[in-house]
Amino acid sequence: MARVVFPDHLHRFTDGTHELEVDCSSFRQLVQILEERWPGIESVITSTTVAIDGQLFQDAWFEKIEPDSEVFFLQRIEGG
Amino acid sequence: MAEAANFKAIGTRPIRPDGIDKVTGRANFGADLNLPDMLHGKVLRSPHAHARIKRIDLTKAQAMEGVYAVISSADFPQEVTSSLSKNILARDKALYHGHALAAVAARTPRIAEEALERIEVEYEVLPPVLSLDDAMRERAILVCEDLRTNDDESSPPSNVAATQRFERGDVTKGFAKADVIVQEEFRVPSAHQGYIEPHACVATSNPGGRVTIWCTTQGPFEVRSATAGVLNKTVSDIKVIPSEIGGGFGGKTVVYLEPVAVRLSELTGKPVKMVMNREEVFRATGPASATLCKIKVGAKKDGRITAATAWLAYEAGAFPGSPVGPGCMSVFAPYDIDNFLVEGYDVLVNKPKVAAYRAPGAPQSMHAMECAIDELAQELEIDPIDLRLKNAAKEGTIAPYGPKFPPIGLVECLEAAKRHPNYVNKPSEEVGRGVAVGFWFNIGMQSSAEVNIAEDGAVSIMEGSPDIGGSRASMCLMAAETLGVPYETINAHVGDTESTGFCNLTGGSRTTFATGLAVVKACEDVIAQCKARAAMTWELDVEQVDWRDGQAVPRPGVNIDVEPLSLADIAKTMSRTGGPLLGRASLNAQGAGACFSVNWTDVTIDRETGKVDVKAFTAIQDAGRAIHPSYVEGQMQGGAVQGLGWALNEEYIYDDNGVVENASFLDYRVPVASDMPMIDCEIVEVPNPSHPYGVRGVGETPIVAPLAATSNAVRDLLGFRINDLPLSPPNVLAAIDSTD
Amino acid sequence: MSKIYVSTTVNGRPEDVLCEAHQTLLDLLRDEIGLTGTKEGCGTGDCGACTVLLDDRLVCSCLVLAPEADGKEITTVEGIADSQDGLHVVQQKLLEHAALQCGVCTPGFVVAAKALLDRDPNPDEKTIRYWLAGNLCRCTGYDKIIRAVQDAAQELTPTK
Ligand code: FES
Ligand code: FES
Repeated sequence: MARVVFPDHLHRFTDGTHELEVDCSSFRQLVQILEERWPGIESVITSTTVAIDGQLFQDAWFEKIEPDSEVFFLQRIEGG
Repeated sequence: MAEAANFKAIGTRPIRPDGIDKVTGRANFGADLNLPDMLHGKVLRSPHAHARIKRIDLTKAQAMEGVYAVISSADFPQEVTSSLSKNILARDKALYHGHALAAVAARTPRIAEEALERIEVEYEVLPPVLSLDDAMRERAILVCEDLRTNDDESSPPSNVAATQRFERGDVTKGFAKADVIVQEEFRVPSAHQGYIEPHACVATSNPGGRVTIWCTTQGPFEVRSATAGVLNKTVSDIKVIPSEIGGGFGGKTVVYLEPVAVRLSELTGKPVKMVMNREEVFRATGPASATLCKIKVGAKKDGRITAATAWLAYEAGAFPGSPVGPGCMSVFAPYDIDNFLVEGYDVLVNKPKVAAYRAPGAPQSMHAMECAIDELAQELEIDPIDLRLKNAAKEGTIAPYGPKFPPIGLVECLEAAKRHPNYVNKPSEEVGRGVAVGFWFNIGMQSSAEVNIAEDGAVSIMEGSPDIGGSRASMCLMAAETLGVPYETINAHVGDTESTGFCNLTGGSRTTFATGLAVVKACEDVIAQCKARAAMTWELDVEQVDWRDGQAVPRPGVNIDVEPLSLADIAKTMSRTGGPLLGRASLNAQGAGACFSVNWTDVTIDRETGKVDVKAFTAIQDAGRAIHPSYVEGQMQGGAVQGLGWALNEEYIYDDNGVVENASFLDYRVPVASDMPMIDCEIVEVPNPSHPYGVRGVGETPIVAPLAATSNAVRDLLGFRINDLPLSPPNVLAAIDSTD
Repeated sequence: MSKIYVSTTVNGRPEDVLCEAHQTLLDLLRDEIGLTGTKEGCGTGDCGACTVLLDDRLVCSCLVLAPEADGKEITTVEGIADSQDGLHVVQQKLLEHAALQCGVCTPGFVVAAKALLDRDPNPDEKTIRYWLAGNLCRCTGYDKIIRAVQDAAQELTPTK
């Protein structure tokens, strides 16, 4: 099960849940599972930066998630 | 990945392909285009920092001879209620001094300016909110009456648009284990990006609703989507043609003029040109956030950090969206810390909406942390580089913002610093030295590139990333390396939104990485086609053909006696082998790879005037792989001097009514040549595994460390710390006097 | 508004232009004659992007009124390279040293640096830095510009 971590600004969507184990094989699947559980979260988590096993993604979708993966939702990072 | 020693083109320093046009005045920048029958647009700006707009009367201006159209926000689609739309033309309230209220299109700039004076505005002047302290206090005056923190409908309206918080471990226990604790507050003022070319555009709209915009921008595709959004058009109605760009540093990722010019052109049926003057640039375009950062760091006697907390408040300006998020994520990024807590606040004030400025968010928070680390080094009597080495993040360290670091170069930079002759030579008594570390995440995002081969074998690259610092040269070098042909046979062009595939903006240090990746892949596409055509010519299978040194050759062991076919040979006969050679690639680049730096500076102080002089500055930075080392150094040097300007002089000075008092280059003093020493550079190369040549973005990181390096140098020389920037003569003098 | 007749020489060619009293030499060059190589960064004499030579005197063209150019000789960035000999050594060295990033300040630096070397073929670093202190560059941090001018001076006086 992948470990999924939500920072504070997402807690109002996750009923305060900080961390979750999710059984999924891709980021798209993870988004579907989270949206089912907390309707409305999809648009927020798909517009932020996500880190999957240390790699930052601005627009993840088909990225693989392994059973021992760590997924972090971050603030969107832009640049100057 | 190829070994450094094997590179032929990468790592060399040829002249950029657009160079001659830029040294002879031929290159066309934003304000250089004029079209027949063109009108000139000007903007009326609020003289108040905070005021309700009770009435705007355009009739007198409209009646003027030579005036073709006058608009206010009522002429924008009202159903679009985005902050961007309200920033471009104010609706019910003017939210900062300089906020655009109305615009005129007239035959000449002079007539347009005169018409502005005839626009009548009735204001109800409101008291402005001008500081973080005022904005965050209870019962504060509200910049936006219906804004609630984190959109939480159950909470009362507030100037705090958003908060964030993340933590690891247990800071109470961590601080209990510390032998030394440093706790300080630091203020950093707003600084402007200070690009020398003001914002400028020309827009023309035809009766069918098709719009063409020429403008100076870091991102033509973002101008297209932003303009479409504000004017409620579809992106396919709009074509954006980027001019050469005279600096941006994040400030030209935002639109201010374009939707106004389009609207004026729609109403008049003529092209409309709009150019900001310098004062407008200072008053109405985004500076970097002013911040208050409270830092607490605890460490063992041996220097190991046991706990740290950061409380960070960032001014967003008149609309939500400061870079406090990246500020929070970067504050502890260079260090491996078990127990920490970071809290961030995005705060509205009656000042222009902030915009990205190089490593947006990081210079301010990292200034605080790097000063605190320096205090720890002083108290523990540990060399500041050794202290950082003791705590440095490396591959596998869990970054404070969550993920595990892939290969990064912080330790390599710190070790290079320790060995560097400029560091080994200790400064004399009258000279203070300060060290600091810089960091930026870097981003990838979407890019496209096409590579066309002419019938003589010349290579032409078409991509969509405006060249703000020599990126065309880097694209040509990567193409030369990949194709195996001479650099001189390659040219690179920046296309418009209809002549090239989608490209995100030039920013976040993504261009050489992501657009570079697209160029490499497009060249590989060309190579595959060349191999197929050589195979066809030699009647071999394509698997039996190799591409080596710019030529198709039979694979070793293939029994055939033929002359190799060069790119030029294949190009010559391409009509017979299947038509034009055209390689393409488009991608969403991932794995940009974080970039770390170490800087130190040597300063002297004139105790009579308080003037700090930078005597020497050394920058060491991990570039992953330097494609064109001169332009990598250029980023390091330019960023260093911007950081030094921010540390030493640059700030917005507001009067009590929220009027910027120093909206000119005379009074907002950016560094000039005689202020600065040479900036010594050393490029460290810890290749980024996500790029075929190992590239990391290098443009953002350089501005981060100079702020704290300068503070720390002044601390070293004075023996006490001045927490707030800038370290300008009056501030330094006041601090010296207060300790005497 | 009545127009003023201005007769000047720009980059060696006579130019007769009608302009308005409030227009600057910068407006004259860019808008009337169409020489847009000279840039406007501030309009207030603080950035040097509009630097030109007016009868061999280095000026910010945004501070000179167009009628003042009457009867004078003007050299802009477009007049620095020679159509026969190609780039001026200052231009060549700026390119070789990668001393421009965005390039919008470059026309001003080209004109100012050439004027310096015409006057003092062998300036030291400090002299160069002070001479160019009226030209802002936000991209390069000046390092490579200074080195380019030093190198150009070397090339002009190879014996030193
Ligand atoms: S435009 Fe003339 S000095 Fe800036
Ligand atoms: S190169 Fe951009 S301002 Fe000098």
